[in-house]
Amino acid sequence: MDIVIKSTALNKELDVETIRKDFPILHTKVHGQPLIYFDNAATSQKPLAVINAIDTYYKETNSNVHRGIHYLSNKATNEFEESRKTIGTHLNASPEEIIYTRGTTEAINLVAFSFGEAFVKIGDEIIISQMEHHSNIVPWQMLCERKNAILKFIPVTENGELKMEEFKKLLSSKTKLVAVNHVSNTLGTINPIEEIIASAHAKNIPVLLDGAQAVPHMKVDVKKLDVDFYCFSGHKLFGPTGIGVLYGKSKWLNKMPPYQGGGEMIKQVTLEKTTYNEPPLRFEAGTPNIEASIVLARAIDYINKIGLDKIAKHEHDLLLYATEKLEKIEGVRIIGTAPHKTSVVSFIVEGIHPSDIGTLLDKQGIAVRTGHHCTQPLIDFFKIPGTVRASFAFYNTFEEIDIFIKALNKAISMLK
Amino acid sequence: MSIEETENEIVEEFEIFPEWMEKYEHIIEIGNSVPKIDEKYKDEAHEIKGCQSKVWLHSELKDGHIFYSADSDAIITKGLVGLVIRVFSGHTPEEILPANLSFIDKIGLHEHLSPTRSNGLTAMIKQIKLDALAQQALVTKK
Repeated sequence: MDIVIKSTALNKELDVETIRKDFPILHTKVHGQPLIYFDNAATSQKPLAVINAIDTYYKETNSNVHRGIHYLSNKATNEFEESRKTIGTHLNASPEEIIYTRGTTEAINLVAFSFGEAFVKIGDEIIISQMEHHSNIVPWQMLCERKNAILKFIPVTENGELKMEEFKKLLSSKTKLVAVNHVSNTLGTINPIEEIIASAHAKNIPVLLDGAQAVPHMKVDVKKLDVDFYCFSGHKLFGPTGIGVLYGKSKWLNKMPPYQGGGEMIKQVTLEKTTYNEPPLRFEAGTPNIEASIVLARAIDYINKIGLDKIAKHEHDLLLYATEKLEKIEGVRIIGTAPHKTSVVSFIVEGIHPSDIGTLLDKQGIAVRTGHHCTQPLIDFFKIPGTVRASFAFYNTFEEIDIFIKALNKAISMLK
Repeated sequence: MSIEETENEIVEEFEIFPEWMEKYEHIIEIGNSVPKIDEKYKDEAHEIKGCQSKVWLHSELKDGHIFYSADSDAIITKGLVGLVIRVFSGHTPEEILPANLSFIDKIGLHEHLSPTRSNGLTAMIKQIKLDALAQQALVTKK
């Protein structure tokens, strides 16, 4: 009961009912039932501030950026570069350290290629962990194959935390980069990134953090963290799809070759030789996703207006409330029980396949994700076929969790 | 009974379940009565790819007719494969290959037909048809 009383008070502080009015999709029905959207770790819903900004962009600004001589091109360029500043300010980084990408996946691929080209040689080592999303595994496997380098893994514990002592043992003079997630997409575990960075930096090893699951839930200060690379996706941060961000320290970016060749990334092209532009444009070949780049700043403005502290508090209460209710259901086992978690709860029900649960929840209007969540090595470690994952955003409510629990009980009774 | 007759029979059967819950309870029931695949066939070669859950399918040719057995670790998926098996089992490759399985749409399960759908009904149907094609080739060769 404790949690409920406390949460109601916070609920008022956040004013979830008013916030929900900003998200038109939350008021739709699926299979005749009011939608309950608990798949926020896959992608978040968009507030009107974002939806309207997309509309406004095409009605008032649309034009190609940079090198334009005319009014609209300058307007688009200004907004595009203003957005870079907003993103930079949000992360406490300089705009020239902010590179627009298609998403987290492309950001990691960019580093794996360009950093790899500059700094990774035969026999070198890259450290990742067993709880990475495939996007933070495959690019490094590709790099290691290309360079004959070696990929090392930080193992995880039964409750879904990184084995930090093992990690420290992996760090060696051969290690060229540590690439781990800030928050696990499958488990919600918030990893001890300060400790990871400190240990790696003590041996002069740079660190890349996959922040896709962190940025929507907490304030990230790249300067304070002293992290070398940090990346996230716009669509998980209530912004558009097709836009992501790579933060990189200038000292690295300046030494890295381009990822792709084309327009924007060049200084001068002759048929014999091309000189490359300075970062960030060096890494932004071709016409970028101008609309999404500009609108991402509106999404950041929106969450900052609400306040990430308030968001984190409400989401944490939702997590505790859901965890407590789920633990009471017979046969439910929560996968990922680290003490520090974002609002992600992954679980399995004894004797029932996660996809069956997902199908029957969907019929009751509830959107969850089932399967391996693009983290097959982690799922294999737990020796399970996958999980049911409910992931909450600040616009979710305690009432929705109550309905979800009821629907889950119904699904279990049908499947048992 | 022809493929079409079985399809019609299934459509009639599902008509008495207008509620999603009853419909899925029925699918689960079908899943529980699927002709059980011999354990030795539950291997990589018999696994249908494209499903979030594991599905194994085995077919056997008897006098030019194909008979199926299957299993899945997910019961709804097993029910869906059960429905398809019920329609196809005991038929010749010539009968199986052109069937368009319109019953799936009629009983309101078309949402499971999307190619990326996690329970992979589309993958199962594709596998059954490929298998029928292979069996047909075998018969012609004989």
